[in-house]
Amino acid sequence: MSATAGPAGSGFAMPRPGPGGGGANGAPGPGDPEGTGTATAEPLAPDTPLSHEDVVELGEEQQAQRLSAMLDDFDREFVGLAPVKARVREIAALLLIDRLRQRYGLTSSRPSLHMCFTGSPGTGKTTVAMHMGEMLRELGYLRKGQLVSVTRDDLVGQYVGHTAPKTKEVLKRAMGGVLLIDEAYYLYRPENERDYGQEAIEILLQFMEAHREDLVVILAGYADRMDVFFRSNPGMASRVAHHIDFPDFSLDELMQIAGLMLDREQYQLSGPAQAAFTEYVGLRMTQPRFANARSIRNAIDRMRLRQARRLVAAGGTIGRGSLMEISESDVRASRVFGDQAANRADER
Amino acid sequence: MRITQGTFSYLPDLTDDEIAAQIQYAVDQGWSIAVEFTDDPHPRNFLWEMWGLPMFDIADAAAGLHEVRACRDVYPDHYIRVNAYDASLGRQTTALSFIVNRPGQEPGFRLDRQEGSDRQIRYSLQPYATQRPAGERYGRNEHRGGAGHSGPASG
Repeated sequence: MSATAGPAGSGFAMPRPGPGGGGANGAPGPGDPEGTGTATAEPLAPDTPLSHEDVVELGEEQQAQRLSAMLDDFDREFVGLAPVKARVREIAALLLIDRLRQRYGLTSSRPSLHMCFTGSPGTGKTTVAMHMGEMLRELGYLRKGQLVSVTRDDLVGQYVGHTAPKTKEVLKRAMGGVLLIDEAYYLYRPENERDYGQEAIEILLQFMEAHREDLVVILAGYADRMDVFFRSNPGMASRVAHHIDFPDFSLDELMQIAGLMLDREQYQLSGPAQAAFTEYVGLRMTQPRFANARSIRNAIDRMRLRQARRLVAAGGTIGRGSLMEISESDVRASRVFGDQAANRADER
Repeated sequence: MRITQGTFSYLPDLTDDEIAAQIQYAVDQGWSIAVEFTDDPHPRNFLWEMWGLPMFDIADAAAGLHEVRACRDVYPDHYIRVNAYDASLGRQTTALSFIVNRPGQEPGFRLDRQEGSDRQIRYSLQPYATQRPAGERYGRNEHRGGAGHSGPASG
């Protein structure tokens, strides 16, 4: 606490509303529904009402809402995932058309956007969910677009009466954004009829229905177990409108992903290393516990380790180029190339 | 007599949209939101019953409004207010507090004068409402009795 007395002292000075920034009394007036402190995206295109005869240029409209740029970004950033991209475009188009309908004074009910992502590990479910939040915020569907990622133990309590407040707490945290429930099928444990998971599901259902405009729930998990989950919870199945399946990546796509990751971390594969890495990915795909993009990320991390060890062991002078380059030996040292039977845990 | 405690209390009652806007402002400032209720309108009664725990990590006003509505459903004839607490060092105090629900009938206060020695007079305020037991003070939800002050029912 500063000891300086006087009006400028930072101690217990009363915050005053003024040009310098809002203080305690700078709360927005009742006519300002956005609030003054919202640090969200820039305002969307003004929603001027249109008369019956007006015509809108769709392309311009998309431009104005930065929709096309956003979707292109999405396409560029995510390799493969064709069904996901198609569905995202559909949703974006629907929201765009809905906004236009609204401006013409036509009815436009808010579509339910609860989703279910199914797919193998490492196919990008969480990453897409995170982007989904941002995108829905840009489209004006969500107010905040934050992602709250939870699993069973964040929702289900340990004793009677613990589950409901816990689940509600999480739901409140996710309001205005996206709630991602990873491995949602663990919520339902049919073998234990006194399991509290059922209670969490009931509260979820209630919120998904009553607060459709406030939050988007995304359930993620493996396809087969998700099917069982939906079969035993028909209420949940009917409230989730969008089922999106994340396909496994092909070898080419995995190599593209690796390229993107290496670019982002500012590494390069030398020519022979490139070939060796392709071979590595091909081998790794056939092995058990292959987790698509996550395995690629781990492989890159281990290559960085080996590169660092090699450089330190070599000693002498070092330049920018050698710091960035991953050589063939860094790739070939992987256990995947060696004894295939001896898959160690670290090759997961 | 209309109780004027906290911010905005001289304005007409806030609509839900306006309440949401205020909560959103508070959330954006990093303040935690608490919903409290009481049926004792005495101006010095500043510690009201808590409706659940304060909300520390919400991002959107919808969560706060949800709790306001839930509290209103249970206590339609109580005073309900929203407190926003600023926990930042050097402030650590309630930054914003406003009433979001009030009983339909507010009977007001009686002023008592107590004469002491040397013709000294002490004044005290007595809300007419508190002449009845807690929980039965504002008409409609008399059937609830006086013991229903445990916040949201935990399930």
